[in-house]
Amino acid sequence: MLDNLTLNQRAALLSVVMLVVGLLIWEAAIPAQKAAGELTEYERLTGGGAPKAGVPPPSQVLAKAWEQLSNPFYDAGPNDKGIGIQIGYSIYRVLTGYLMAALVAIPLGFLIGMSQVAYKAFNPFIQVLRPISPLAWMPLALFIIQDSEASAIFVIFICSIWPMLINTAFGVAGVRQDWVNVARTHELGPFRTAFTVILPAAAPTIITGMRISIGIAWLVIVAAEMLVGGTGIGYYVWNEWNNLDLTSVIFSILMIGVVGMLLDSAFAYLQRAVAYAE
Amino acid sequence: MSQPFLSIELLTQQFPDGQGGTLTVFENASFGIEKGEFVCILGHSGCGKSTIMNILAGLAEPSSGVVKMDGFEVSGPSLDRGVVFQNYSLLPWLSALKNVTFGVKARYPDWPAAKVEEHARAFLAKVGLEGDVVHRKPSQLSGGMRQRVSIARAFANQPKLLLLDEPFGALDALTRGTIQDELLKVWSETEQTVFMITHDIDEAILLADRILLMTNGPFARVAESVEITIPRPRTRTEIVDHPNYYAIRNHLVQFLGQRSKELAGQASDGAAQRPETVTIDLTEKTEDQSNPQLRAVND
Ligand SMILES: Nc1ncnc2c1ncn2[C@@H]1O[C@H](COP(=O)(O)OP(=O)(O)OP(=O)(O)O)[C@@H](O)[C@H]1O
Ligand SMILES: [Mg+2]
Repeated sequence: MLDNLTLNQRAALLSVVMLVVGLLIWEAAIPAQKAAGELTEYERLTGGGAPKAGVPPPSQVLAKAWEQLSNPFYDAGPNDKGIGIQIGYSIYRVLTGYLMAALVAIPLGFLIGMSQVAYKAFNPFIQVLRPISPLAWMPLALFIIQDSEASAIFVIFICSIWPMLINTAFGVAGVRQDWVNVARTHELGPFRTAFTVILPAAAPTIITGMRISIGIAWLVIVAAEMLVGGTGIGYYVWNEWNNLDLTSVIFSILMIGVVGMLLDSAFAYLQRAVAYAE
Repeated sequence: MSQPFLSIELLTQQFPDGQGGTLTVFENASFGIEKGEFVCILGHSGCGKSTIMNILAGLAEPSSGVVKMDGFEVSGPSLDRGVVFQNYSLLPWLSALKNVTFGVKARYPDWPAAKVEEHARAFLAKVGLEGDVVHRKPSQLSGGMRQRVSIARAFANQPKLLLLDEPFGALDALTRGTIQDELLKVWSETEQTVFMITHDIDEAILLADRILLMTNGPFARVAESVEITIPRPRTRTEIVDHPNYYAIRNHLVQFLGQRSKELAGQASDGAAQRPETVTIDLTEKTEDQSNPQLRAVND
């Protein structure tokens, strides 16, 4: 019977089987709720006696997901917003910081890629700044910018800039001389050459850099929002942890994964659109 | 002496030889090409043919000397000098048609899009590319088709001078033959001036009005300019029956096999190195009966 299925169908089937088995094991592994008498002092103090405490079974997470996703945009005060609103804040911060980074990194990368002098001049700075954990900038950003929202965006900016910058420079420097000669023999000016020859030639490398950047930005935003607080999916996770609402924590972890996947697949699509075979 | 359409005057090219010295590829090379002429240049690998072509295209600067076209000195690349590169140099992200319109748009920026496309399609059709093929990307075309696109792109721009660097080097003999015929056809319709590098003697005889012979480097010289005294239109099957064919061919083989080495490596003493014109014509009654095959004229 399996032989009649395509490779993709078989893979999908296997995925579903793994999911179901995983969920069943998880469900079965959760011990029954302790009775109130068995609770330790700590558990009582931290609210462990409430039915929410302990790792929830998947059924509970699914119920939570259903509840949250059926009304994702409700807003009932600073500590009680729908998952959609929280994710919306995070995406807004990521995209703002990311787009600013792209606006700086891609033109600068072009310049660095076109000129050996610029490459050599910028290289030491890039090499020193790139390995710095983006969160290490946070105190400095908070001090200088004096605004937690803008600081989070700055951290996204600083972490997205490097892969885009390096890949753009690399892609531009690697454009085949033959293609540049085609532009030269057609008397294209520097801007026409940049847009009609170098950009499409380097686009696959540039988009790869952008894809790496968006992945890093999405990783970093969760941590950044845990630090700055207020809104966003990172803050939400932290807040639910403080509430000891592990069901919500697990649900939001899954949502972080789903959004990250969607962002990545958008860039994967873009990558296919600009790819070319030589 | 009147100025030819393209004149190369005292052209010298030196490169660092990698060991602190200089490598003189050629020195004081001087020759001319007339308007509408099809000139091939033959020479051993490494003698400096591509170097000359890159200078003519304006893609490289000579160490000294000038190239004049229509009396004006060439500096930098120009739409007036179209180039067909050895490796086709098509832009791989554009379809065949778009590769040609890319050039046409650069040449005629004022044309409306429809006219640009029509013009591009017409030239693609001249090299036998019609229908859906023109929408394929270079990676989806065979080597021969790619070279056709590259030729169409160059001809569509109607440059004053067309430079071809071993355009058929990477093609099999059959495809080569077809594209040579197409090249001849397009050339005869457009009256282009063509300067072409080749390694293939028969190809050169079929296509050229004149063949320039280069000696080996360093200090390579354009030693001879052999006129191809076979009337056009030529076809590959008929030219072999022409009385001049084997005489010319033997002369070329002789040169490349032997004299290109003997003449190599002589510095020029600052004098212009002009090629000696060689006319081999067995159909014509020659006065000098002792040497009826060769009439050498210094210009
Ligand atoms: N940029 C360069 N730097 C140093 N030497 C060079 C450079 N370009 C060419 N040469 C040298 O100049 C000589 C001529 O090179 P060129 O490419 O013109 O040869 P060619 O006649 O086109 O050969 P082929 O038939 O193999 O293409 C060679 O000896 C080559 O090593
Ligand atoms: Mg060459």
